[in-house]
Amino acid sequence: MNKIKYLLLRRVTQIIILGLYFGANAYGWKMLSGTFGSSKLMGFIPLADPYTTLQVLASGFVLGADVLLGALIITIFYMVVGGRAFCSWVCPINMVTDLANWLRRKLKLDKEEVNYRFLKRNTRYWIMVLGLIVSAVVGIAAFEVFSPITIMQRGIVFGFGMGFAVVLAIFLFDLFGVRNGWCGHLCPLGAAYSIIGKASIIRVDHNHENCTNCMECKIVCPENHVLHMVNKESIMVTDGECTNCGRCIDVCGDDALEFSIRNFLKK
Amino acid sequence: MANSDNKKTDRRKFFATTLQSVGLTALGGMLWSGYTNEVKASPLVLRPPGAIKENDFLSACIKCGLCAEACQNRETNRDKETGLAKKGTLKMAKGGDHRLIGTPFFIPTEVPCFMCEDIPCVPVCPSGALDQLSVSNDKGELDINKASMGLAVVHKESCIAFWGIQCDACYRACPLLGEAITIEMHRNERTGKHTFMLPIVNDNACTGCGLCEQACVTEKPAIFVLPNEVSKGKAGDHYVKGWDKEDEKRIENAKAEETTTERSNQSSADYLNSGDLY
Repeated sequence: MNKIKYLLLRRVTQIIILGLYFGANAYGWKMLSGTFGSSKLMGFIPLADPYTTLQVLASGFVLGADVLLGALIITIFYMVVGGRAFCSWVCPINMVTDLANWLRRKLKLDKEEVNYRFLKRNTRYWIMVLGLIVSAVVGIAAFEVFSPITIMQRGIVFGFGMGFAVVLAIFLFDLFGVRNGWCGHLCPLGAAYSIIGKASIIRVDHNHENCTNCMECKIVCPENHVLHMVNKESIMVTDGECTNCGRCIDVCGDDALEFSIRNFLKK
Repeated sequence: MANSDNKKTDRRKFFATTLQSVGLTALGGMLWSGYTNEVKASPLVLRPPGAIKENDFLSACIKCGLCAEACQNRETNRDKETGLAKKGTLKMAKGGDHRLIGTPFFIPTEVPCFMCEDIPCVPVCPSGALDQLSVSNDKGELDINKASMGLAVVHKESCIAFWGIQCDACYRACPLLGEAITIEMHRNERTGKHTFMLPIVNDNACTGCGLCEQACVTEKPAIFVLPNEVSKGKAGDHYVKGWDKEDEKRIENAKAEETTTERSNQSSADYLNSGDLY
């Protein structure tokens, strides 16, 4: 049970959040209505996705105060508390790419590592900036046109239509194409949350004394470059690209990894 | 020497990589822009009440679906027996709908807009894509009759009332009965003893709710709602109702534009001499 504690917690969180969104449309619940683009918590607290908000602003429309306030609330939450937790605790695409990744490992598709010259992990930052430029040029939020995240969420809340094809494409890309291809290389939303959550207080802490160098954590980690300190130094994972998914903590059999609160005073 | 060679190849590599990154980004940007530009081109779409102009709407709508949720879960949309919400008017465009994905729209033949007095879909809009002021009266109260989602258009060749058959389905279905659709009477010369009762849509009252389109009895509705951008013409500043004080205001700021072309004496002579006289 301890081996899947955070995995289970994350799945439960993701499913409860999606369930609340679903119920808002199907049964008129007021807990969490709307979609990630912009939501209402308890019927009155506005929430909005910061990157989506930026795209709309870039397209030249002055958004209503509700969205701006909502984006601010979300930004502050992840900036101070959660880090990049949206990606692993909320985003429904995470379930798709996690499944693809798990299958990849089971099918041993990673034996042959392919070098994708132009698909570096920093590609997402280029896409993030490009998305804003395209939004400004064309006059509509450019990433929202094919964002698998909101397409999947709206699919669950309002019905999929042909939208499932985008989700399937992500699954196939991550399974047969690039390992962690979508979440780890392309997704501009993840890129935005990486930047926002860089200084958050909840962090994974590594205790190098306990580490037996089994490398289980690096195998499961979707952004395993953030674990550069494993078996080297007893420091925290401070890279913004860490999604705080806690999978490394789950698989660690030596108590060498644990969630912790960043202490800014101690250097 | 070896060191400076290394530096040279390093520099070359740096420039090459930078150039490639920039080039690929430009390529991606162009493809992305082209695709985005294509998918936003869907003029035949009916938006919720209070929607701002289509082009602005496409940029403003944050695709949250709060309007569609409010529409479906409004009190008046409960099934009387089960108490559950019925299918609402507003749908969220999904892949395959041929409308900008994630934006709200409605199809009158499926579920028209019932023009709720409290307009649940508009005040919930967080982004400003649905403008509450445009559906409010002078006192600031919500007034759905101010909505302009589109305009109903009659195709008289397929409208059986224009054939002389008695039908007033659209007239009776209209929530603004006698205002948005009026019946015009004409003598039926063919029979000599009957009346044509023709449905006429009045632009200034029609909200584009689509109840008429849904009520129309013909196989494919002979009255249908089109978005304002498509259904309405524009007279421009060249024509003015001289008998209408209000209309004259329209040209207060119009600038006179004179174009004079020097008349050529030569051309008339040339014309006669050019031999093209048949």
